[in-house]
Amino acid sequence: MISPGPLIPRNRNIHPPANYPDYKTSVSRSPNLPLLSFESGPSEETGPVFGSEIIGALDNNLILNWTKGDSSAIGQRILMHGRVLDEDARPIAGTLVEIWQANAGGRYRHKKDSYLAPLDPHFGGCGRTLTDAKGHYEFLTIRPGAYPWPNRGNDWRPMHIHISVYGRSFGQRLITQMYFEGDPLIDLCPIANSVRSRSHLDRLVAPLDMSATKPHDFLAYKFDIVLRGRRQSIFENRPEGM
Amino acid sequence: MAQQLNQLDETPSQTAGPFVHIGLMPTYAGNAGSYQKEIGVSPISGETTGETIEITGSVYDGMGWALRDALLESWQPDSAGRFPEEAGADPAVSGLCRFAADAVTGEFILRTVKPGAVRSRSGRLFAPHISLWIVARGINTGLQTRIYFDDEDNSQDPLLALIEQNERKETLIAKKISPGRYRFDIRLQGVGETVFLDV
Repeated sequence: MISPGPLIPRNRNIHPPANYPDYKTSVSRSPNLPLLSFESGPSEETGPVFGSEIIGALDNNLILNWTKGDSSAIGQRILMHGRVLDEDARPIAGTLVEIWQANAGGRYRHKKDSYLAPLDPHFGGCGRTLTDAKGHYEFLTIRPGAYPWPNRGNDWRPMHIHISVYGRSFGQRLITQMYFEGDPLIDLCPIANSVRSRSHLDRLVAPLDMSATKPHDFLAYKFDIVLRGRRQSIFENRPEGM
Repeated sequence: MAQQLNQLDETPSQTAGPFVHIGLMPTYAGNAGSYQKEIGVSPISGETTGETIEITGSVYDGMGWALRDALLESWQPDSAGRFPEEAGADPAVSGLCRFAADAVTGEFILRTVKPGAVRSRSGRLFAPHISLWIVARGINTGLQTRIYFDDEDNSQDPLLALIEQNERKETLIAKKISPGRYRFDIRLQGVGETVFLDV
């Protein structure tokens, strides 16, 4: 019988190294010792499941959700959409996708952000949704502004949206960032460039998607997310060591 | 040329950054009311079966500074070792908690039910533990670790058994400070560095 086996071990070379000196804060916040590798078990192969009853009608509309639909946020209107898949390219249905971002001026609505750019009274900056049966999700939002951050003397974050996903299990947990095609700040950003290879960084860059753009309303950007898969094998039920 | 594999690569991780709370804990970020119901506010609700416990600690960097911007998530089964969705699982245990280091002191508090032991696919028993996932500015890929308990029998746990040095093993074991209260500190780097998992 074929049953889902353990999670496929993470290919850590895809991910940034824990210590990436150009991103200064990572230097003192990165473990020196190697991670302990272990086959996933129930604690990693299970995870939180969320029902649609927790999702409000405007939760995936960041243009309107802060004002509960009263007023639109300022900024370039965009649709961010894509699919959540596993490494075997199977769509992950009904999984929670959460995003957060700065406003059009590059300012976060967070008690610790003190950037010069003003808050937009009509923009909160977070949204969430569940993927549909084909693993598809979408958010209506505004394109976030680039902003300076304290790192080297003159570092700027490219325009980006933070994304958090669980997939089907806690061991698939991932937080990443979506960048925008054509943004010249991507090449200059130590956080983006902490990803070891250019081809892997490219997978964080959403292309303009004219096919999903709504004329006279919003531009669209496509961003697919791939989470760890499970090994499928007829040999999974054997006791260990055989 | 060999055949192409049909596998996709996982999406690369990026740091959650210092403002992660906006997205995952909006009330903590000062944005109460962002959602009708926030996720992971408590891993338990109402009357749970088992012992209610409180775990406090801090996440320290390599200089011994307690991070003020760390956000943690815990995932666990009920007091009998059953995860949500499993037959017979305690309906009062959702299993997930999101909690943050205090913005002033860096201390975190996790209030939950003490989990039961869990059996692995091959039938081996894991000692009671809570899975942890830690993000913050400067953490490029979320760090995974586990909280075990010093008042449980951890001697047969298959994960702890892999750690040869007792001192390192101790980094995964919460210390009881009074009935129902435990201390669990996380050290990202250097002396007493916590064992982080690739699991």
